[in-house]
Amino acid sequence: MKAKSPAYPYLAWMIIFIVAPLLIVAYFAFTDKTGAFTLANISQAGQFSPVLLKSVYLAAIATVICLIIAYPLAYILSRTKVRTQRMLVMLVMLPMWMNFLLRTYAWMTILENNGILNRFFGLFGLGPFEMINTQGAVVLGMVYNYLPFMILPLYSIMEKIDGSVIEAAQDLGCSSMGVMRKVVLPLSVPGITSGITMVFVPAVSTFIISKMLGGGGNLLIGDIIDLQFLGLDYNPHLGSAISLVLMVLILLCMSIFNQFDNEEAVLL
Amino acid sequence: MKKFVCILLALFLLAALPLSCRAEEINGVDVSGFTGDYDKFKGQNITINVYNWGEYISEGSDGESLDVNQLFEELTGIHVNYLNFATNEELYAKLKAGGADYDVIFPSDYMISRMIEEDMLEKLDFSNIPNYANISDNFKNMEHDPNNEYCVPYMWGTVGIVYNTTMVEEVPDSWDALWDEQYAGQILMFSNPRDAFGIAQFKLGYSVNTTDPVEIEEAAAELRNQKPLVAAYVMDEIFDKMGGGEAALAPYYAGDAITMMEENPDLAFVVPKEGTNLFSDAMCIPKGAKNKEAAELYINFMCEGPVALANSEYIGYSSPNEAALALMDEEMRNNKIAYPDEGVLDNTEPFLNLDEESNVLMSNLWTYIISSNDNYNQLVMPAFVLGAVALSIGINVARSRRRKPK
Repeated sequence: MKAKSPAYPYLAWMIIFIVAPLLIVAYFAFTDKTGAFTLANISQAGQFSPVLLKSVYLAAIATVICLIIAYPLAYILSRTKVRTQRMLVMLVMLPMWMNFLLRTYAWMTILENNGILNRFFGLFGLGPFEMINTQGAVVLGMVYNYLPFMILPLYSIMEKIDGSVIEAAQDLGCSSMGVMRKVVLPLSVPGITSGITMVFVPAVSTFIISKMLGGGGNLLIGDIIDLQFLGLDYNPHLGSAISLVLMVLILLCMSIFNQFDNEEAVLL
Repeated sequence: MKKFVCILLALFLLAALPLSCRAEEINGVDVSGFTGDYDKFKGQNITINVYNWGEYISEGSDGESLDVNQLFEELTGIHVNYLNFATNEELYAKLKAGGADYDVIFPSDYMISRMIEEDMLEKLDFSNIPNYANISDNFKNMEHDPNNEYCVPYMWGTVGIVYNTTMVEEVPDSWDALWDEQYAGQILMFSNPRDAFGIAQFKLGYSVNTTDPVEIEEAAAELRNQKPLVAAYVMDEIFDKMGGGEAALAPYYAGDAITMMEENPDLAFVVPKEGTNLFSDAMCIPKGAKNKEAAELYINFMCEGPVALANSEYIGYSSPNEAALALMDEEMRNNKIAYPDEGVLDNTEPFLNLDEESNVLMSNLWTYIISSNDNYNQLVMPAFVLGAVALSIGINVARSRRRKPK
C-alpha cells in the first residue's frame, strides 16, 4: 500500500497524456463528420493496406539491420573498460543531440546524385550511383536515426551480465561461439526485445524520412496519416482510423514477437 | 540676461532636435509619412498573434533588411507574437481544430474562399485600414473575395517552370516538358496536390477549378503517367535540389525562382504558353480574434509603402502595393519574372475553393498516385493479418504442448 501513493502523479500523467489521447483517437476513428457512429473510416483505412504492408516490410528490414549492427557493438562496448565505455556510450548518443530533421536533411545532401558520396566515388571513376529517392535510402535513414535505440537497451542489459558467468562457461570448456550462443544470447534477450520494440515501432510510423529520402513518391503509412490532417481535405476521422489500425497491427506484431521471446527463454 | 536667454533657447532647440527626429524616424525608417492611428494602443500592453508562412516577412536576420515586426512594436507599443505555418492546409487544420488564438493570418486565394464559405473569417473594418488605398486595383474585387470584405492582398505571383540551362537545351515553354521522356529522373514535381493537379489541368486545357469528376480523373491519369519520370515530389527541398543541379526541370513559384536564380546562375524561369496559376496571399482576421482593431492596425502597417517594399524585397515575391512599387528600384520593377507583361497575366487562372466532393476525390487520387507504385493484390493484407494471427496461436499451442510432458 505504501508504494502506491508516490505512483499517483504518474498515473495522472498516463491518463492525461496516454489514455485520453488514445480515447480521442478511437472516438474520431469511429465517428463521421457529424459525430455519428460509423465503421466507414475503418473500412476505408483498408485501402491503404499495401502502403501499410510496405511500411511494415521496410521497418522490419531496418530493425534487422539495426540488430545485426548493434548486437556485436553493444557486446564489445559492455566488455571494455568502464572509462572507455562511458565515452563510447556518449559517442553513440552524440548524433541524438542534433535535431532529427537536420540529420535526415544531411543525409539528403550526402546521398544526392551530385552529393558528397557520389563525388567521392567519382574520384575513382565510379558511379554516379542512384541512391537518393529509393527505398534503400529510406531504410538507411531509419537505421541511422534509430540505431541508438537498439544499442542502448542491448548495452545496458549486457553490461549487467557478470563476467564470471562467461569465465565459468569458458572454464568448463565452452567454445567462444558456445559462450555467445548459450550464455550471452539468452541473458541478453530482454535487451533484444526492448531494442526491437524501440526501433520497429517508430520506424513503422515514421513520416518524414520517406518524404525526404524516398523522394515523396514512395510514401509510407505515416505520411498517409499526415496527409489526412494536412492534405487537401482535412479528415481527422480517416486519419485516426488509419492510426488505430496501425496501432492494432503493431500490437499484434509485438505480441507475436514476445511469444518468440518467451519461447527462447523456455528452450534455453 | 539676453545672452543667457539666447543660450538657453539654443540649448533648448538643440535638445528638441533629436527628439523631433526620433518621432520621425524609427530604426532608420522614416515613419513621418505613415498613415494610421499608430498611437492608439500605446501603453496598453496588447499582444497580437500573427500567423504567417515561414520566411514570408522581412525580419532583419541578414543585417540588411528591415525588421518589420520590431518596427511595428516600437511604433505602436503592441507586442507581436509571430508564428509560422507551412501550408494552407496546416493553417486550416489549426483553425478548425480550435484552441488556437490568432489575430492576423495569411491564407492564399482558394483557402480564403473556403474560409469565407465556412464562416471562419471576420469582416474587416476598412476605416481602420486607410492604406488599403495603396493596393492596386488589379488585386481588388478578386474572385475569392468579390466584395473586398475579408482580405487585404499581401503578395502575388505566378507558377512557371524553373529549369537548368546546362541540362535543358530548348526553352521548356510548355507544361509538356514535364512529361518529356528525355528528362526522365530529372524532373521535380509539386508535392502539394492542388498545384500538381493544376499543372496537369493546364496541360489538358481544363479549368483548374473544375468540379467535373471525369476531368479530375483525367488529370490524375496524367500525373500517374508522369510518375515514372519524376525524381522527387518536393516543396521547399527544391531550393537545395535545383541549386545543386540535382534536377533539370521543376515547376515552382516565380518569387522563389528569382531567389534560386540568384544562387545558381544556370537556372532560368519560364511561364508555359498553356497558361498558369496566378496565386495571391492576403491578410485576414479569423473569427473570434481577440484584438481585432490592433490586428487591423497591423494590416494597415503592412500596407505602408516602405514596409511592403521591404517585405517584397526580402521575400522576392511580387507586391500588389502601388506605394511599394513607386519606391522600388527600376531593376526589380522591370523584372519580367516578378512583374510579367499583361499578355502573360491574361492567360492565368487563380485557384478557387472546390466543393467538398471534388476535394475528397482529388485528395484520394493524389494519395493513390504518390503512395502506390504497382498493382496490388487485394488479398495480401488479409492474408498477412491471418498469417500473423495463425503464427501467434501456433506458437502458443506448440509451447503449451511442450510444457505438458513436464
